[in-house]
Amino acid sequence: MVHSMSPELSRRLLRDMIRIRAVEETIAARYGEQKMRCPTHLSIGQEAPAAAAGAALARTDLAVSGHRAHAHYLGKGGDLNAMIAEISGKVTGCARGRGGSMHLIDESVGFMGSTAIVGGTVPVGVGLALSGSLLERNDIVCIFIGDAVMETGVFFESANFAAVHKLPIIFLCENNLYSVYSPLDVRQPQGRSLAGVAAAVGLHATAGDGNDVCASYDLIAAAAARARAGEGPQFVELATYRWREHCGPMYDNNIGYRSEAEFESWKERDPIKLFTHVLQAGDIIDQAWLDAATREITQEIDAAFAFAEASPFPDPSEAYADLYSKEVMACL
Amino acid sequence: MPVMTYAEAIRDALSVALAQDPSVIVYGLGAPDPKGVFGTTLDLHKEHGSRRVFDMPTSENAMTGIGIGAALGGLRPVLTHQRLDFALLSLDQIINNAAKWRFMFGGQRSVPFTIRMILGRGWGQGPTHSQNLQALFAHIPGLCVVMPTTPDDAKGLLLTSIFGEDPVIFLEHRWLHNLSGETPQGDHRIPLGKARMMRSGGHVTVVAMSIMSIEAAHAVDHLAAQGISCDLIDLRSIRPMDWPMIEESVRRTGRLLVLDSGHETGGVAGEIVAHVATKCWGDLRAAPRRLAMPDVPEATSPALTKDYHVRAEHVAEAIAALAGREAEFASLADARKYPHDVPGDWFKGPF
Ligand SMILES: Cc1ncc(C[n+]2csc(CCOP(=O)(O)OP(=O)(O)O)c2C)c(N)n1
Ligand SMILES: [Mg+2]
Repeated sequence: MVHSMSPELSRRLLRDMIRIRAVEETIAARYGEQKMRCPTHLSIGQEAPAAAAGAALARTDLAVSGHRAHAHYLGKGGDLNAMIAEISGKVTGCARGRGGSMHLIDESVGFMGSTAIVGGTVPVGVGLALSGSLLERNDIVCIFIGDAVMETGVFFESANFAAVHKLPIIFLCENNLYSVYSPLDVRQPQGRSLAGVAAAVGLHATAGDGNDVCASYDLIAAAAARARAGEGPQFVELATYRWREHCGPMYDNNIGYRSEAEFESWKERDPIKLFTHVLQAGDIIDQAWLDAATREITQEIDAAFAFAEASPFPDPSEAYADLYSKEVMACL
Repeated sequence: MPVMTYAEAIRDALSVALAQDPSVIVYGLGAPDPKGVFGTTLDLHKEHGSRRVFDMPTSENAMTGIGIGAALGGLRPVLTHQRLDFALLSLDQIINNAAKWRFMFGGQRSVPFTIRMILGRGWGQGPTHSQNLQALFAHIPGLCVVMPTTPDDAKGLLLTSIFGEDPVIFLEHRWLHNLSGETPQGDHRIPLGKARMMRSGGHVTVVAMSIMSIEAAHAVDHLAAQGISCDLIDLRSIRPMDWPMIEESVRRTGRLLVLDSGHETGGVAGEIVAHVATKCWGDLRAAPRRLAMPDVPEATSPALTKDYHVRAEHVAEAIAALAGREAEFASLADARKYPHDVPGDWFKGPF
């Protein structure tokens, strides 16, 4: 890992990864309390792309994501209290408890929404970019996708349109080799690269190590610069690995769809451990910095859970609210 | 007031919207082509620029999601499908995203998105070019479903849909495109959820939408000359539905006939009958009736569609039966001097 970025940016990336990991670990640890009553997909092991994207994008840039969105939301600057409250079904949640873990939103930082249908927000992100281009905003849009999105029709339809209209978009693909329990080789032809497919559709495509936060940052920042310069839609494939079960708080290497050895080899390449070593070796951080960061993050997470706990549930009448504009609601 | 065809009224509404608000965009397969979607988008790109009026790849699902994203980003998109059947590829984006975005994100942002779909019947359109699936969309909380019958309503409801805050499925019957009528100029709006009393009378309440309101008007006028008078309610909007107007009418007449251009099972007519049966039971003097499309797809050959559609004579027969009166209705069919599978002599295909 060659390291040439500023100390500030380096520390930010490491801190963001540690924070995302700690949030996810806390959710996992407390999931059994049955207060977070919704399907929850954790990003432990995949912190680097989210932290890198959050740093490479401007606050005013927009992002959309899918079912595994906690890290993307936090990386982009989404409010932690509102996320934990949302997963807990509270009215202070970012979607007032209507969405849960798979429907995160914080428009104040450009996180425009994540949804639970694989590929579902891909065209939405393209449409946001279209609006930006017609209304002459200069934001770019980051569309977070997994490897399975590359099997959906809507991805190809959306990417094609984005290429025709040269829209300022980054399709950011975290290739973690699996869709639920199905490995890539039962879903896509062996040896065909995701980035290669994207390039064939007309996206400017690059690929790299998604457990190397510097490499991830460099690829995303370069793609963002090209998109912003009017060079059209970009595709960045980052190879990474989910540590825990597809959905839920446990490990599941024992059930037979992937090997313990494969898991251990990826865990060896823990993105946080790798980058911590680099920054310590370069004297950019020391143990005191790490201890302070961990302490602050723990306090913040404890406060977020306390906030969610203390928040009220939505009033039962909210189950029927906000379906239409008030003009149409008045006709119902 | 100028007289326009239904197709011209749609085009006029789009042109007014595009001129009035730079956030309005109009797109769809063939939107700027030389035929301009049956004339409804003809040359709009020449007046309003090809950045705001544009063609699209044959990618109905993504182009719907792109409209949703564009709406979330501050535009007011209008997407046109030359056939409703093509829009079926976009059910994911319509149902999972457009209908739910406002609700599932806590009411933060709505999706002002109008999706025009053209439906029809006859002239060999067949099983997958003519489906009247309003019930499918009306089933989905979060969608509005609009089915205008007259040029005036087509224009007024389209402008309200475009400038409203909700996703609207705007259903135009191909057989209405050539219908003429007085249509107000400029920014003319008609609220969603308000039906229109097309005819007034005391014996039977007839509820219809779109092309069925035209069939019904022929039948109702024909029977009026024979002393049977009907309320004819043209729904205009299927969701939200103008229940107050329907209930008020049924309370007076005690007799209900519902016409539906869609299939019978699980249809809009069944929903209206169920609503009236539960809300107006004590006022009913006869069992409600419905006339809808049979529960089979529409075939292509004219030999197979002859008795498939509900026409004015069937409506008249049902009204008379409900009213318990003898009436003449066979002449309604005889009065049509053109083949059964076209809306009039003007229609020669090919689509
Ligand atoms: C259209 C659709 N099909 C199936 C599912 C069920 N599902 C939920 S997550 C998932 C896996 C997606 O894999 P990938 O995009 O690689 O993301 P990852 O879970 O690996 O982060 C599937 C198939 C779904 N949510 N939506
Ligand atoms: Mg995956």
